Amino acid sequence: MIETILANPILLALAALVGMAIVFGALLGFAAVRFEVEGNPLSDQINSILPQTQCGQCGYPGCRPYAEAIAEGDSINKCPPGGEDTIQALANLLDVEPEPLDAEHGVEAEPTVAYIREDECIGCTKCIQACPVDAILGAAKQMHTVIIDECTGCDLCVEPCPVDCIDMIPRKGGIQHWYWPLPEDSSRENLIATDRGSDETTQSETEQAAA
Amino acid sequence: MRQIFDIHGGIHPPERKELAEPGRVHEMPLPSKLVLPITQHIGAPARSIVDVGDVVKGGQMIAEAQGPVSVPVHAPSSGTVTAIESRAVPHASGLTDTCIEITLDGEDTWIDLKGLDNWRETPKAELLECVRQAGIAGLGGAGFPTAIKLASDRDQGIHTLIINGTECEPYISADDTVMQCYAQEIVEGAEILAHMVGAENVILAVEDNKPDAAKAMAKAAEALDIADVVTFPTKYPSGGEKQLIEILFDMQVPSGGIPADIGILCQNPSTAIAVRDALIDGKPLTDRITTVTGMSLQTPGNRRVMLGTPIGELLRDAAFDDKAADRVIHGGPMMGFAVTDLDMPVVKITNCILAPTRTEIPPPQPQQACIRCGMCAEACPASLLPQQLYWYARAKDNEQLERHNLLDCIECGACAYVCPSHIPLVQYYRSAKGAIREAAKEKIRSDNSRARFEARQERLEREAAAKEAKRAARKAAAEARAKSGDDPVQAAIERAKAKKDAQAQTATEEKAQ
Repeated sequence: MIETILANPILLALAALVGMAIVFGALLGFAAVRFEVEGNPLSDQINSILPQTQCGQCGYPGCRPYAEAIAEGDSINKCPPGGEDTIQALANLLDVEPEPLDAEHGVEAEPTVAYIREDECIGCTKCIQACPVDAILGAAKQMHTVIIDECTGCDLCVEPCPVDCIDMIPRKGGIQHWYWPLPEDSSRENLIATDRGSDETTQSETEQAAA
Repeated sequence: MRQIFDIHGGIHPPERKELAEPGRVHEMPLPSKLVLPITQHIGAPARSIVDVGDVVKGGQMIAEAQGPVSVPVHAPSSGTVTAIESRAVPHASGLTDTCIEITLDGEDTWIDLKGLDNWRETPKAELLECVRQAGIAGLGGAGFPTAIKLASDRDQGIHTLIINGTECEPYISADDTVMQCYAQEIVEGAEILAHMVGAENVILAVEDNKPDAAKAMAKAAEALDIADVVTFPTKYPSGGEKQLIEILFDMQVPSGGIPADIGILCQNPSTAIAVRDALIDGKPLTDRITTVTGMSLQTPGNRRVMLGTPIGELLRDAAFDDKAADRVIHGGPMMGFAVTDLDMPVVKITNCILAPTRTEIPPPQPQQACIRCGMCAEACPASLLPQQLYWYARAKDNEQLERHNLLDCIECGACAYVCPSHIPLVQYYRSAKGAIREAAKEKIRSDNSRARFEARQERLEREAAAKEAKRAARKAAAEARAKSGDDPVQAAIERAKAKKDAQAQTATEEKAQ
């Protein structure tokens, strides 16, 4: 047997390769077990991009389950609270083409917070049980109230309320959240003179004449 | 003579400061109504502590600070609170905010003011509280709560206090006027400020286009050994505190840092006076000197204005010709913003009201394409790359913007001033900065939500497990009983019997006694 192999260089090469494959295979197998990373770092990264409203509009019970689903190949356009920005960030992370938001799951809207009309609250605790982030304070037969800073605006408390005393109000209105808008840029259209519409030309000419 | 250094970039726009005749303070007639926004500073809004119908006196606190970075608001004169509602406030957004309206009774009666007997002997914490309760926010234009600035205790401490009388923005001469008329008070205030932060040196910094102010300050500074007046060449924007520090010390404040990081504190001259008034006289901040200027005014000038005075009233006092005026600007021509409603009040940060004619400050020209000439980079006093920032701001690439130090931009407008394509560069940066700040806030919010969601999930699992364990225990107990042959009904009967026997026994014992 040995002589046959030694006499035949092709068999010798084959045996050497098989031997090496076994050794390296064993090494890789050992490394995979020994240095295994706990959890799924990809789903963690995805989860850190998702807006954490925990609203379930994507069809999963919270942001982490959706992050895990994306890691396993679900589409990235099911998150209305995150909107275009989140889709863009996910596309960058996963190196896929961004897709428009799937309208089936809802449309992008201004962030809101829940507000309980406290006079009408009967203290049934149903909204407290529904809140995914424990942002509602209260007890049985006691008036409830929402901790605005903790509310994610997920909407889940509105449905269970038997007396419809919960409103969703915009979170970002007001002077404290305002910042300058990007200026409107007209330079693109004006770059080539012949691209200008006739109205615009006359307008700018009149302006020049006036100046 | 102290050595002076130069900063990178900068521009020399027409100054036009003489229009408002710096050096004279006009007193305003008492207005009929004051509108006081509860937010006149950077930070959390104050909370109103008066109700509609309340009678207030001058100097009385009408809104208290809420949270550490906040300042209270005081009534500038006596009268009745007639409304607490949302009104137009001086803000670039043109949005409304909660205001307290006081209809003045014309008597101008004040509460009894009581200053500290001896501020040198008073502990620092008490001095800080005094400054805080007096409602003082930086009067130079940014409106940062002064008490916070004074309280910042960095490891190395503060070695130098700079009274920043640079006032480099065209048209504005409020600080110039204050330095000429109240030099004595400024130096007293500077002494108090230096004492509070433990500074060994005081620099009174004045640009060389204000020789009268420099002279007045030099005379007053003779009373304070550690104080020194320094003048330096006029250039915009030398008055930015980071730029001023570079001019005086040839040192840069670290990116993202504050002057206190290198042991320096900057304060506006009017702020120094406000601190002096608060500690020595016990008088809260209720008025300020504001420059009212522009070619559409017949009698421009620096006026002592009660906070809350409508801008329209101020303009009327300066004989405003609204046909000649193109627009009204709150602040200066470089960093100010258009006033959309003349009922907007004067607030703590109002250093200038500018009403130019159309020829004086023409409306912005249409924006054209960037030709990459690089003039913006030459003009930038913070040595940034404005053109690069412009492209990234357009692409909303926040990561690259931060990497290119957008947050070190002081929004002085020098880049937009020199841009041959009239690109409103600063507005791009302001927008991008706002977007970055909001994104950072959202990130904190979402991290918080994630933690809460996970904590709740954990709690629900724990509760379910506890329930399950209890159920299993009950089941096991029932099984054990069934096995041992115990009948729960029999057991109950036996227990009742035993109790009856015991009662009968005690009864016989009692009888026997």
